[in-house]
Amino acid sequence: MNITDILKERILVLDGAMGTMIQRHKLEEEDFRTEALKNHPHPLKGNNDLLSLSRPDIIKDIHAQYYAAGADIAETNTFSGTTIAQADYHLEHLVYELNFQSAKIAREVADEFTTREPNKPRFVAGSMGPTNRTASLSPDVNDPGYRAVTYDQLVTAYKEQARALIDGGADLLLVETIFDTLNAKAALFAIEEVFDEIGKLYPVMVSGTITDASGRTLSGQTTEAFLISVSHIPLLSVGLNCALGASALRPYLQVLSHNSNFMVSAHPNAGLPNEMGAYDESPAYMAQQIEEFLKEGLINIIGGCCGTTPPHIKAIAEVAAKYKPRKMQAN
Amino acid sequence: MKKEYTLKLSGLEPLIVTPESNFINVGERTNVTGSAKFLKLIKEGDYDGALSVARDQVEGGAQIIDVNMDEGMLDGAEAMTKFLNLIASEPDISRVPVMIDSSKWHIIEAGLKVVQGKCVVNSISLKAGEEEFIQQAKLIKRYGAAVIIMAFDEVGQADSYERRIEICERAYRILVEKVKFYPGDIIFDPNIFPVGTGMEEHRKNALDFFRATKWIRTNLPGAHVSGGVSNVSFSFRGNNAVREAMHSAFLYHAIKEGMDMGIVNPAMLEVYDDIPKELLERVEDVLLDRREDATERLLEFAETVKQKGKVEVVNEEWRNGTVESRLSHALVKGIVDFIDADTEEARQKLAKPLDVIEGPLMAGMNVVGDLFGAGKMFLPQVVKSARVMKKAVAYLMPFMDEEKRKQAEALSKSLPKGETLGEEEFGYETADTALYPLLKEFVLQNRNNPTDAEDILWNILKGKKLDGYKFRRQHIIGRYIADFVCLKKKLVIELDGKIHQLPDNIESDKQRTEWLESMGYKVIRFVNERIFADIDNVLIEILTCLKSLNDVESKVLPSGEDLGGACKILMATVKGDVHDIGKNIVGVVMACNNFEIIDMGVMVPTDKILAKAIEEKVDVIGLSGLITPSLDEMVGVAKEMERLGMKIPLLIGGATTSRVHTAVKIDPHYSGSVVHVIDASKSVPVVQSLISKEFGEAYHKKLKEDYSQYREDYKNRKRDKNFVSIEKARSTKVSVDVDNIVKPTFTGTKVFEDYPLEDLRNYIDWTPFFATWELAGRYPKIFDDAIIGSEAKKLFDDANKMLDEVISKKLLTAKAVIGFWEANSISDDVVINSSETNVSSSGVENTFHFLRQQSEKADGQHYNCLADFVAPKETGKTDYMGGFAVTAGIGIEPLVEAYEKDHDDYHSIMIKAIADRLAEAFAERMHELVRKEYWGYASSENLSSEDLIKEEYQGIRPAPGYPACPDHTEKRTLFNLLDAENRIGLHLTENFAMYPAAAVSGFYFAHPKSKYFGLGKIAKDQVEEYAIRKGESVEWVEKWLAPNLGYD
Repeated sequence: MNITDILKERILVLDGAMGTMIQRHKLEEEDFRTEALKNHPHPLKGNNDLLSLSRPDIIKDIHAQYYAAGADIAETNTFSGTTIAQADYHLEHLVYELNFQSAKIAREVADEFTTREPNKPRFVAGSMGPTNRTASLSPDVNDPGYRAVTYDQLVTAYKEQARALIDGGADLLLVETIFDTLNAKAALFAIEEVFDEIGKLYPVMVSGTITDASGRTLSGQTTEAFLISVSHIPLLSVGLNCALGASALRPYLQVLSHNSNFMVSAHPNAGLPNEMGAYDESPAYMAQQIEEFLKEGLINIIGGCCGTTPPHIKAIAEVAAKYKPRKMQAN
Repeated sequence: MKKEYTLKLSGLEPLIVTPESNFINVGERTNVTGSAKFLKLIKEGDYDGALSVARDQVEGGAQIIDVNMDEGMLDGAEAMTKFLNLIASEPDISRVPVMIDSSKWHIIEAGLKVVQGKCVVNSISLKAGEEEFIQQAKLIKRYGAAVIIMAFDEVGQADSYERRIEICERAYRILVEKVKFYPGDIIFDPNIFPVGTGMEEHRKNALDFFRATKWIRTNLPGAHVSGGVSNVSFSFRGNNAVREAMHSAFLYHAIKEGMDMGIVNPAMLEVYDDIPKELLERVEDVLLDRREDATERLLEFAETVKQKGKVEVVNEEWRNGTVESRLSHALVKGIVDFIDADTEEARQKLAKPLDVIEGPLMAGMNVVGDLFGAGKMFLPQVVKSARVMKKAVAYLMPFMDEEKRKQAEALSKSLPKGETLGEEEFGYETADTALYPLLKEFVLQNRNNPTDAEDILWNILKGKKLDGYKFRRQHIIGRYIADFVCLKKKLVIELDGKIHQLPDNIESDKQRTEWLESMGYKVIRFVNERIFADIDNVLIEILTCLKSLNDVESKVLPSGEDLGGACKILMATVKGDVHDIGKNIVGVVMACNNFEIIDMGVMVPTDKILAKAIEEKVDVIGLSGLITPSLDEMVGVAKEMERLGMKIPLLIGGATTSRVHTAVKIDPHYSGSVVHVIDASKSVPVVQSLISKEFGEAYHKKLKEDYSQYREDYKNRKRDKNFVSIEKARSTKVSVDVDNIVKPTFTGTKVFEDYPLEDLRNYIDWTPFFATWELAGRYPKIFDDAIIGSEAKKLFDDANKMLDEVISKKLLTAKAVIGFWEANSISDDVVINSSETNVSSSGVENTFHFLRQQSEKADGQHYNCLADFVAPKETGKTDYMGGFAVTAGIGIEPLVEAYEKDHDDYHSIMIKAIADRLAEAFAERMHELVRKEYWGYASSENLSSEDLIKEEYQGIRPAPGYPACPDHTEKRTLFNLLDAENRIGLHLTENFAMYPAAAVSGFYFAHPKSKYFGLGKIAKDQVEEYAIRKGESVEWVEKWLAPNLGYD
């Protein structure tokens, strides 16, 4: 069944945090090294995307836990899967394989679940993170005109990632945690070029990040300006994720819901990090917060970001089942 | 149903173009082909200068900025990239969308790659054929931009109506059908060409544009129309009067046909309605091609306009209109010259004087309000309009009073007669205001004739003798006088003598009872005989009745609308504060928007504010303050309002106020709406929303939510700073060398009685002057601003005219007192050698207490304190410190009073603004004299006034209450040492504001290492220690240093 049709019927549930789940395994350097990378001269610990190659068992298990908790959509383990982000580890050459394998793993788990529960098909969203560079901000305060990455470099990197995710079996693409809209626009540009090349369209989700209580992205846009800036291609959904907990996200989701002609998604953090950098909103508490805006009819797709775990997703899926999805605007 | 398409653009903020939007004004100054100045800046690599051009445009109201780098000598793509990248780092510019303007595709594409918002490409066309057009359009769509299409194809540029629609339609079909471009993102530029060139083929240029615009808007759904307007008047270069009229008339017709955005230089635009009729007719003849000889006739007329000059022509013309149009013109243009005569004429023409105000005058002010709201008029113009309005109203006042008197007389004939008793209360609050003076007369008369029955009952009721219930007698309620009333229970007691038993009187008593009951009063009556014979049972009946009635709820003030009048706003500068320029400006702007302003002036205590608010039944209270202690006063007002059960909105404004402070400290104390307003232009819509019957409640709720959110945000803000202990901070203090101490030429004080004002003129820093008037920009660059430049120049000329007068007639007196004293620092204090002071040492504090920075810094940095700039006691060297107090405000009251009497806010604000500038200039000049002569440590200094503003001199003059030493209370010590109050008549209020307000005071430090710094936040350890040093409680110190506390 087509995801667009299902979205008209019910609120779909996105999975929760990948990083939080990986941390529980207390992995060491050798866990990140595949046979081929035995002698790689740079440390690789912390390069979570690489685990899709070195410890696919862990990644598969995480996907399975989330699907079992009630997620309809799992995100591939490819948040940093661009040549730009992988340059930190000198692994630019592995980017295609990383994305392809990550999509493939998720695809396999999704298909197992779909076979078991045909009335609840599971989807794979190819996760495309923001990279670690910003195209419209200068990292050098003394030279505001300087840019550490160009649009063209971003387009090249995102094209490779998008292509590999599709080849590996992703059902849709998710450009997420957007703190600089220009990066996202480059990703969308790249995705459109890939669609042209393969002659096929896939649904695209876009999810921005409001970085502080002023209600703006890191690059300074208001939520509505952000929405306008990414609305030039037909999207499946526009939403917000990360940075804030569910309740803090609500006013901005209202803006999106009110102005967007696309579906609206949200995957908030489990609150704000505490002094120790941990997130401590409990599944019940978070679900209760989310219920507020589900009740308001703001949402089509709901999930979790940093700090959320399968119990969180389970709690969220339970409240999501109680409410009707947001109605699309007439226009 | 017709499908709606909306053009949505974005910078950091959205710009949404709907059919209801006004014309979108595209800023044109950041264009190297159109602005020689901008080209020069870019060529010379002065990108800071280029950015300020962009900033000025945005501040001036441009909703989109056009950026063009098409110049042969430039690398256009590189310049475009660099400039747009720099804009991205300037939120005050990049909040609006960009229009990437180039005839070269590679430059356009370079621009598209660096803009995060949704921009506009200007432009592409079918010039090089369909294939290239499609390819470019596809890319523009993929980059996420809207596009301007020039009416140009393979054959050439469209120069007729038919060619325009042919090309636009073709381009539209290709875009919508082949490229799948969103129709709302398509903007056509159907070519604006010159008219009146004398060439036959140019005659229909404007007309064809109008027709094509209409056709596009009718036949190509969603598409917009734009263009560069100045082209149309190309052949009249050098004759701005005609050009301005042409632009305005062209826009008038083009907008009517559907043109919805364009590049217009606002400085080159006359108000359409203000174009002299004869000129307008000839211009429109040319634009609309209405006569064979249209061009000749316009040229002919252009010659006369040129010779006579624009102003004269305009002047003659507008005096010929109807009285309504003349009044409106005078208001919009701020001309007072004819206002009395015109008002008189209107008064005679209309039935009542009030009709003149509610008719033509209000209509004129609505135009002003609209133009100001739309950013088409600027503050100084609005203030001038208000002056015209006030003068007209003042002219009408005596006529209105006369009218009122007559009405009251007529009404009084039908008044009910009440028997009388006397008492101190008349019942002002419950009386009909129009009749109150008359009714009061009745009460007074009746006092002297109490009936026996009334006398008996009053002796029982008065002084709360009846079970504690307070009664009043002979109290006016509406148009009636009640014999006795208990207001708390709304119980009226009436005593009826024989006379009431006559049929006529029974009838009128019935009416009166009905009316009182309709107002919520309970009325009981007793005949006189029962008072004499049955008083016990009368009292029981009264008591039973009292107990059965509920207390009247605490007073809820009715809104102005209920009273049938305009919405009333009470404004005041709070206790202890004397600054009121900003408040006055807000008052003027509000008055222009049909609000009634009650301005209580400065230094108004809370109880006075609230008593007045209740008495006048105001709808909104606005508080203003400039110094930090005023923040606490405002909190106090809010608390008191809550205690009194008031519900009306409270506006907070003034230089030290902020949204965060309002949310955190004021809003929680008051359940009514509390709003922080930034400036005059913002306050009008805020108040309109607050008092709106329809949305007021929703707005109130939203405000409460928003402010609670701001509080949350504040609570959750990143704790920015760590603090070092005060001991550690002190250990890193900057050490000053003490070997080259310069002894001042004198110690003790020196007074300047009447410093020549002309000497101060050159020291004036004008930039803040413009800021006062809400014109943003640096002097003198502000005059080049396309939008506000000409207004700024006018304002500047007016200011200088007034300054001439002030100087030549010696209207203001500038006085100063300076002092130098032997001094040494002990820790963070500076101790003055009291034997050196002019004041007797008994009881006079001789120590200045300073504060030290405590926010953690990188290693090796100093934690500054002003005391560090004076040699420490332990060095054994005698050092010096100075102080000063200057004012240029002596003599300002009668001037302000005279202007206010003349209803001339413009000049009343102007004189205050000028006095402020002179005081600042005086401080600057005095500091120079101190450096070069009186202290003399920099006798060879030679600085320009610009260098002075940049503070490029040795030594500093920090002022108590400002960043380096934010404690206002230190002013007391300074003033005592200078004996400023006696010597120069400069006073301190209880909250340490200086009066007259045009004043500056501060300290002098001479050491070469002394520099300005901001104290920033400080920690509790220092506050506790500071309290001991000052001999005050910690709470007291915390109150005065509230903004600097780094803890809650």
